[in-house]
Amino acid sequence: MNFLNNNLAKSLLRLRMVENEISKRYSYQEMRCPVHLSIGQEAAAVGVCNNLKIKDQVYSTHRCHSHYLAKGGNLQSMISEIYGKKSGCCGGRGGSMHLMDISVGMMLSLPIVASVIPIAVGAAMSKKINKSKNVVVVFFGDAAVEEGVFHESANFASLHNLPILFVCENNRYSCFTDVSERQPSEDLTRLARSHNIESIKMNGNDVIKVFNQSKKIIKKIKKYSKPFFLQLDTYRYVEHCGPDNDDHLNYRNKNEVKKMAK
Amino acid sequence: MIIFLKFLHYKKMFMLNKKRIISASQAILEATDQFMKKDSNLVLMGEGINDPKGIFGTTSNLSKKYSKNRVIESPISENGITGIAIGLAINNFKVLLIHQRVEFALLSIEQIFNNAAKSFYVTNGIHKVPLVIRMVIGRGWGQGPAHSQSLETVFSYVPGLKVLIPSSAYDAKGMLVSALRDPNPVLILEHRWFHYVTGNVPKKIYQSDITKPKIISKGKDITVVTSSYNVYEIIFCSEILKKFNINLEIIDLRVLRPLNTKPIIQSVKKTRKLIIFETGNKIYGIGAEIIASILEKYHDVFDFPPSRIGLPDSPTPSTRGLAKVYYPNSIDIMKAIIKQLNVNVEVKKKIISLLISKLPSHEIDVPNPNFKGPF
Repeated sequence: MNFLNNNLAKSLLRLRMVENEISKRYSYQEMRCPVHLSIGQEAAAVGVCNNLKIKDQVYSTHRCHSHYLAKGGNLQSMISEIYGKKSGCCGGRGGSMHLMDISVGMMLSLPIVASVIPIAVGAAMSKKINKSKNVVVVFFGDAAVEEGVFHESANFASLHNLPILFVCENNRYSCFTDVSERQPSEDLTRLARSHNIESIKMNGNDVIKVFNQSKKIIKKIKKYSKPFFLQLDTYRYVEHCGPDNDDHLNYRNKNEVKKMAK
Repeated sequence: MIIFLKFLHYKKMFMLNKKRIISASQAILEATDQFMKKDSNLVLMGEGINDPKGIFGTTSNLSKKYSKNRVIESPISENGITGIAIGLAINNFKVLLIHQRVEFALLSIEQIFNNAAKSFYVTNGIHKVPLVIRMVIGRGWGQGPAHSQSLETVFSYVPGLKVLIPSSAYDAKGMLVSALRDPNPVLILEHRWFHYVTGNVPKKIYQSDITKPKIISKGKDITVVTSSYNVYEIIFCSEILKKFNINLEIIDLRVLRPLNTKPIIQSVKKTRKLIIFETGNKIYGIGAEIIASILEKYHDVFDFPPSRIGLPDSPTPSTRGLAKVYYPNSIDIMKAIIKQLNVNVEVKKKIISLLISKLPSHEIDVPNPNFKGPF
């Protein structure tokens, strides 16, 4: 157990160090694409991805650095991509929001909110048709459940009993807009329930709890070939897009930021 | 032995000459069925593909022949199922997705434009998206403003897509096969009345060229570029003009993207006159693109200003009363053609009166009975 905890801690630290370094060097203006840093949200990626085999697939969003690294994506290709180099994982055509490394099952990242969700469901359909024992995990933010295509995808996954884990990282903010201004309740599992999909809402910052819980869930998905919705409540410490802190804009409560950073 | 071989030879010749006339919708069904039989990775998706009417008969009985995993009747979730199709396509499947109206596909523009069209590019060629989307365009039976648009240029605008618009039963099958063999997304726009057109369709699997337009009738007097169901309107005009020793060079566009203007330019260099008759709106239409791309290279190629005929700048109506004035008819087209020709007024009058005498007495909202073929 200690060994495992060390491993998770190491992963978390690695992700944070990479993101901090990007943040630090961004001002040199050589990374000429928007960056959506994962600082504060690393536990979700590390906790879930450490339960996955190489052939299990991950699909992600514009905020994909943590998922890419946690799934084992090549660090050098990622940094090269952000710098717009030919040696980047997309040959410089995608930038920070399109990270992928199919050799480790990091299949695709897309920047339009919820746009990647049906693609992940299609991937899960391919697993079902091929009678594969692997699962598909799709990461998205709290605003994605407000898009129609999330519901279209969840309905299809439920209807066809597809082996997919929907991971909703609730960082409370869609750019500057708090979840309370967008949703009648912060419990987003109610939306999964309406599609007959089993779900859990939990603290997404406790990496050990996320790891243990997602281990059970993934085992279940593999055994019964059924979708699952996991809401991980978390917080992003820096701005929505960019390397800095943006709390001088006063869109979120200072005490809230302090409390979450603890 | 020699006699036997000779017999085989004659039999083969006889078989080659024998035409096999079926409708475009039957040709589409046959291509889909044959491809599904051959390639177990082909998945069919769409709303209503298992309906008793089988989308103009193009999907009839496929659900009885193939498993539920391969013929997926879809929830009414156009954007979702398009994304799901892309997910299958980047995981070694091929998908044929069908929309009974082009307007349904508008709900999936996000997936088509952002993901289907761009995945190959943005992943530096790592992900291919072998996805074919069939969509029905065009008029008929009062379908009205949100059920009978011709939005082919909307899709032709986006890099990363191929856009096909077949007019013959032969291409209905051949183009679908070519599209299904393409490693990246191909959209096929089918005019609803095109499904009833008949023609010679070989039984075996074959491909049609999907790289360029085709000259379907040689002529020296004027080049007419058209596509889809409108081809038959032009053939009708052309038959009448032949009687006056006027010969149209008719070009069937077939492939809207990538647009290959070479055959059109070659033809225009010969005839020095051009008319484009499109299924969609005249404004911002394919005709504008063609004329602009010719003039960019050859500013003095025309003896007469080129003209465009297309739908007027307003929504498509439902009622027959409005449809009559909305859709350009054979007389409008003929007038546009003879305007560019060097013939005297008397001949022009004779042409129009002969045309009027040949017009079938059919309602504006059903297919012209003369346009069924075989072609």
